[in-house]
Amino acid sequence: MTALAWLIPCALALGLLGLAAFLWCLNSGQFDDLEGAGWRALQDEEADRQR
Amino acid sequence: MAQAVTAGGVVLAPSRADASPVATTLVVENMTCGGCMRKVEAALAAVPGVAGARANLSARRVTAIHPDASVSAMDLVDALSRAGYKSAPLTDEPDAKATSPDRDLLKRLGVAGFAAANIMLLSVSVWSASSGDMTPAVQALFHWLSALIALPTVAYSGQPFFRSAIQALRSGRVNMDVPISLGVLLATAMSFYQTMRGSHQVFFDAAVSLLFFLLVGRFLDLRMRVRAAGAAANLLGLRGTAATVIQQDGSTVRLAAGALMPGMRVLTAAGERFAVDGKVFDGRGDVDESLITGETMPRTIRAGDLVYAGTVNLFGPVVTEATATDQNTLLAEIGRLMAVAEQARGRYVRLADRAARFYAPAVHALGLSTFVGWMLAGHGWEPALTAAIAVLIITCPCALALAVPAVQVAATSRLLSKGILVKAPDGLERLAEIDTLVFDKTGTLTLGEPELARDARTIPDAVLARAAALAAASRHPYARAVVRAAVAAGLPVAAEGNVREVAGFGLEASRRDGVERLGSADWCGVTSTGRAGASVWYRGPGGNVVALYFEDRLRSDAADVVCRLRASGLDVELLSGDREAVVSSIAREAGIYTWRGDTLPAEKIARIEALKAAGRRVLMVGDGLNDAPALAAGHASLSPSNAADIAQTAADAVFQGERVAPVLETLAVSRAAHRMALQNFAIAIGYNCVFVPLAVAGHVTPLLAAIAMSASSIAVTANAVRLGSKRLEGTS
Repeated sequence: MTALAWLIPCALALGLLGLAAFLWCLNSGQFDDLEGAGWRALQDEEADRQR
Repeated sequence: MAQAVTAGGVVLAPSRADASPVATTLVVENMTCGGCMRKVEAALAAVPGVAGARANLSARRVTAIHPDASVSAMDLVDALSRAGYKSAPLTDEPDAKATSPDRDLLKRLGVAGFAAANIMLLSVSVWSASSGDMTPAVQALFHWLSALIALPTVAYSGQPFFRSAIQALRSGRVNMDVPISLGVLLATAMSFYQTMRGSHQVFFDAAVSLLFFLLVGRFLDLRMRVRAAGAAANLLGLRGTAATVIQQDGSTVRLAAGALMPGMRVLTAAGERFAVDGKVFDGRGDVDESLITGETMPRTIRAGDLVYAGTVNLFGPVVTEATATDQNTLLAEIGRLMAVAEQARGRYVRLADRAARFYAPAVHALGLSTFVGWMLAGHGWEPALTAAIAVLIITCPCALALAVPAVQVAATSRLLSKGILVKAPDGLERLAEIDTLVFDKTGTLTLGEPELARDARTIPDAVLARAAALAAASRHPYARAVVRAAVAAGLPVAAEGNVREVAGFGLEASRRDGVERLGSADWCGVTSTGRAGASVWYRGPGGNVVALYFEDRLRSDAADVVCRLRASGLDVELLSGDREAVVSSIAREAGIYTWRGDTLPAEKIARIEALKAAGRRVLMVGDGLNDAPALAAGHASLSPSNAADIAQTAADAVFQGERVAPVLETLAVSRAAHRMALQNFAIAIGYNCVFVPLAVAGHVTPLLAAIAMSASSIAVTANAVRLGSKRLEGTS
């Protein structure tokens, strides 16, 4: 049963990490344009223009 | 300039865009792929003073960032129009600071999902160990951990339900959120109390997964509404067009249609829509008025003639003097007529709400009577309350809150993949109830553009080839029809260089052996035209003249679609603003027996009202300005995507393409969606029939409650997903 002492915090921490990642994605607008994001990945000049 | 371009290279995240000094959002109508997205961004970034632009393909919008207000929205619109994109500033720009409601709901959903998964993990260990070796201390620890996760989650993720429930109670009503809130709150409070006492009856998992499933349903429903509202706002933005105004000193300036005043001189180029009603001051040309009158054949205008806002100038630049402004044009008048007609539809009650009217009181009564029954039986308040909570959790309306939105999302995405955009949130439900269809003629059953009449075969190939060679130089609809006919006949068409176009008359080319002309009868020196109907004449170098007649052709599958609609038991009618003779021949060709021509917008409404009074549920299919009020008056409405903007705004759904078959698809899918929603109710009620008696008798353990609820939610969702791939009768 001592394994529980660190397994449960581990499981919760991982879950929270996932939740935090999801909220971060949401706040940085990554779900705003699902259609366009796919196209942007295919565009060569995008990388050049950022430079 | 160099600085602006460098700054334009920075790709701004939308969230950053909100914080910057000035952001202008434009609706871009024809941005449809990744390539367009890049061109739109590049075109805007090249405008002096613009720091950067970010396009949103899903929303068909682009936000340009500029440090100060020196860049006007009109500059941006013009830059995009040079790049080949039709755009307009968004009229009701959303408040940048307020988070959008769907994003807020998604956050709450994410939190509830995390909590549900982790609490379920802890609960499963408790359940699976209950017969084995878990000590009461570990069990208590697990319950306390669950409580630690559940309490903040319920407080945060449950807020949309609590708020809606309080709102309903304040106005003296009971909605679906009242039993949901009651069930979740009571279950959480009771579980917390039992955790403190070290009992088994802990329902945290059920309460939180209930919240999760309900939020999924709520989110799907909201996202559909947000998308529909966005599409409607885009259409509204595109409607407010700009106009080129000629000032006193002869210079021109671009103004938004709303800023025009009577007396201003407006220049309308070939292919543009007239922005305001006005009197022709200078120039002559042809106007396409089909959107207003339903008449396909263009009207020739001369100085002094009246033109209406929304009609298209086909030919040469025309200067008009505005006689009416934005608020009192014919277009605005039709808008008012539409608003009145629309009010009747606002009273429609959605399926889920209708069910909730019966369901919510029944759930309350059942929960309360369980509690009272147990108290009367002398078991004390604690088991009585536990049983009542179990009843509330089991009966919590996952079917109503999740299944109907899931079905609607499956149905709308299926329709979207076929090029049909459903705009009204309750449009699908209304479409499913239709028993009568009323079609408009021009642009709906027909293509709305002239085609060479079928007796064109009698025209010698040599003449058609020469006419097409002249016509290739022009964008006039008749000229394009001639070119299409020549191509269809397999003749080679090459544009000639020395063709001269004379607005309002026709085309002319000089050849070695004389002058060739294509155009009006006057232009070709013909005095008696003989046959009625729209015609263009060809005059060869030798002086021989040949008439080319035009007609508005039915969409290729119109007759077939009408036949299949009638076979499925629907009544089909045709109402058109065009002349009786034309309407009757089209009606005969399409196989429609009930038809009427020469109808005004108000008469169309009157006919629809008469049908409604006779107990019919009418689907109006139309495209013109003159149809917009009728579209709003019908029980449901459909518009082709080449329709007038105002008609698209009024319609519940807009379909793309050259064919009418989407009407069949829309009806079939909406009916299937309706059936499926009912099936989902049946599934949910089936679960209730099994578990509610158990709950009332006090036999529902936390494990059973969690299984019953999750299984019913998953079953109804899975059923809804089937709609995406199902074969439906009556579709192609």
